[in-house]
Amino acid sequence: MSAVTHAEVPAEVAAPVVQVRGARKSFGHHEVLHGVDLDVERGTVTVVLGPSGSGKSTLLRAINHLEKLDAGYVGVDGELVGVRVAHGRLHELSERAILRQRARIGFVFQGFNLFPHLTVLENVVEAPVAALRRDRGEVRAEALALLDRVGLADKADAYPRQLSGGQQQRVAIARALALRPQLILFDEPTSALDPELVGEVLAVIKDLAAAGTTMIIVTHEIGFAREVADTVVFLDGGRVVEQGPPDEVLTRPRHARTAAFLSRVR
Amino acid sequence: MSLSTDRRPAPAADRPPEPRRTDPAHVPDPAAALVSSRVVPLRRPWRWVASVVVVLLLAQVVRGFVQNEAYQWDAFGYWFFQPIILEGLVVTLKLTAWSAVIGFAAGIVLALMRLSRSPVLQAVSWVYVWIFRSVPLIVLLLFLANATALYPSLGLSVPFGPQLFSIDATRLLSYEAAAIIGLSLNEAAYAAEIVRSGIISVDPGQREAAAALGLPRHRRFTRIVLPQAMRAILPSYANQLIGLLKGTSVVYITSLLDLFGQVETQASTNSGQVIPLLMVATVWYVVLTSILSVFQYFVEQRFARGVDRLAGPTRAQRVLSAVRTRRGIAR
Repeated sequence: MSAVTHAEVPAEVAAPVVQVRGARKSFGHHEVLHGVDLDVERGTVTVVLGPSGSGKSTLLRAINHLEKLDAGYVGVDGELVGVRVAHGRLHELSERAILRQRARIGFVFQGFNLFPHLTVLENVVEAPVAALRRDRGEVRAEALALLDRVGLADKADAYPRQLSGGQQQRVAIARALALRPQLILFDEPTSALDPELVGEVLAVIKDLAAAGTTMIIVTHEIGFAREVADTVVFLDGGRVVEQGPPDEVLTRPRHARTAAFLSRVR
Repeated sequence: MSLSTDRRPAPAADRPPEPRRTDPAHVPDPAAALVSSRVVPLRRPWRWVASVVVVLLLAQVVRGFVQNEAYQWDAFGYWFFQPIILEGLVVTLKLTAWSAVIGFAAGIVLALMRLSRSPVLQAVSWVYVWIFRSVPLIVLLLFLANATALYPSLGLSVPFGPQLFSIDATRLLSYEAAAIIGLSLNEAAYAAEIVRSGIISVDPGQREAAAALGLPRHRRFTRIVLPQAMRAILPSYANQLIGLLKGTSVVYITSLLDLFGQVETQASTNSGQVIPLLMVATVWYVVLTSILSVFQYFVEQRFARGVDRLAGPTRAQRVLSAVRTRRGIAR
């Protein structure tokens, strides 16, 4: 990224890994994000809570530019995501530049989205080789180590459909980790899982949190949020209603809407 | 039978359990016998009757073919491997192969144009498919065979501007080339729709995941989308390919002698041998279609990787992965 862009991110907010400023997004006439601001410090876990339709997923998807913002911007590691500044306005980046940025931001989907025609190992190896042009043999060794880390070393040659949902999601996490991202985004990683499989996925995420991985997690698992989050952000109607440490937000919510949501979820 | 008026003793399950005897072989418990026995399948005598009737009819048809003198099987044997027929066969294979490859490649391009966000590309692709699906193949081929009358020279120039270069079309456009162009143009229109149906059948989440991983656009298509689309494309395209194989027989009206053209010519000079000659063409088309069908089976197997929930890797993959592991250890 050019020096110009770096200079455009205000110095006082350059420290957090993620800075979202005034994020606005509409689908047709329906505005999903009404100017969201968010900071995420390096090595912390931020859990985003909120009722469905509150803009959680849209916000998460905007952070790696899967969703284009109408206004506002996202900065990751001091670099604007998907846009650059020229003549006092934001311009969309070339696809190549956006892909390069995305390769440094891991994304784990609700529906796993593993590539069903590739083996587990091929799923993990694909992006580092194709996107980062790294050496295949080296990536392979690393991928096997990552699969071991998520407890699936013995499934390297299996196809995704031969795995349970929980195993598939663990592969998806290994696939995201293979790019050595500075940040991993989780979009309701356990919502598509049978209840008895939720624990194994949360255990892997907890393990990542303990290792100091910067993560933003959209989830409905309040207990998990309390356990793993450094910051809980409550989103409603496309706005951040309140945020703070889990003890405060989850135990003594200041806002009536947060309290109402928590009472419904529990 | 009425359940409500049943005065027999209550079923075994409702009775208090009887004390077990030591030797299970002598237990006169009907419920235990039912549990261990297999269900006897229903007899279907009409299925047998129908099978016998069909086999008899089939035998009659075969007898009709073999014993009917009019088929002249000795003449069939004479013509089947005649060099002139084999020449025609080669022309048919050439036309099919070239048109299949060019048509499919152009079909992919047209499908991508149709799925692009550019309204111009979309419209051009739509109009192309509309026109070439509308024009009968035979008309298209006759047009192209007479193209040299329409365009005596082919060249490249700036539209409404100066000409850059030009060549004599009569030299460039042999009957064969004209036929391949015509078949390919026609094939591309149908292939475009088949490829498009395959691409839109792939879960959008796949493209999104590939984009989120930072895969370049061409890689997303060739590595992620197309292999999955192929599963939907293959059965339809195999149909299309077989149609093309037989459709090439239309080219004989442009004086190009393919398999059918040769048979037609020989039949007109060897009167009385029309039937065996038509049988020669028929059997050759059956042979080629069979080869394509077998080929289709194996290609479909290749693209079905990962679809079966229970099957492990294929034998070839197991061997490959074993070799790779061994090499990894050696390193």
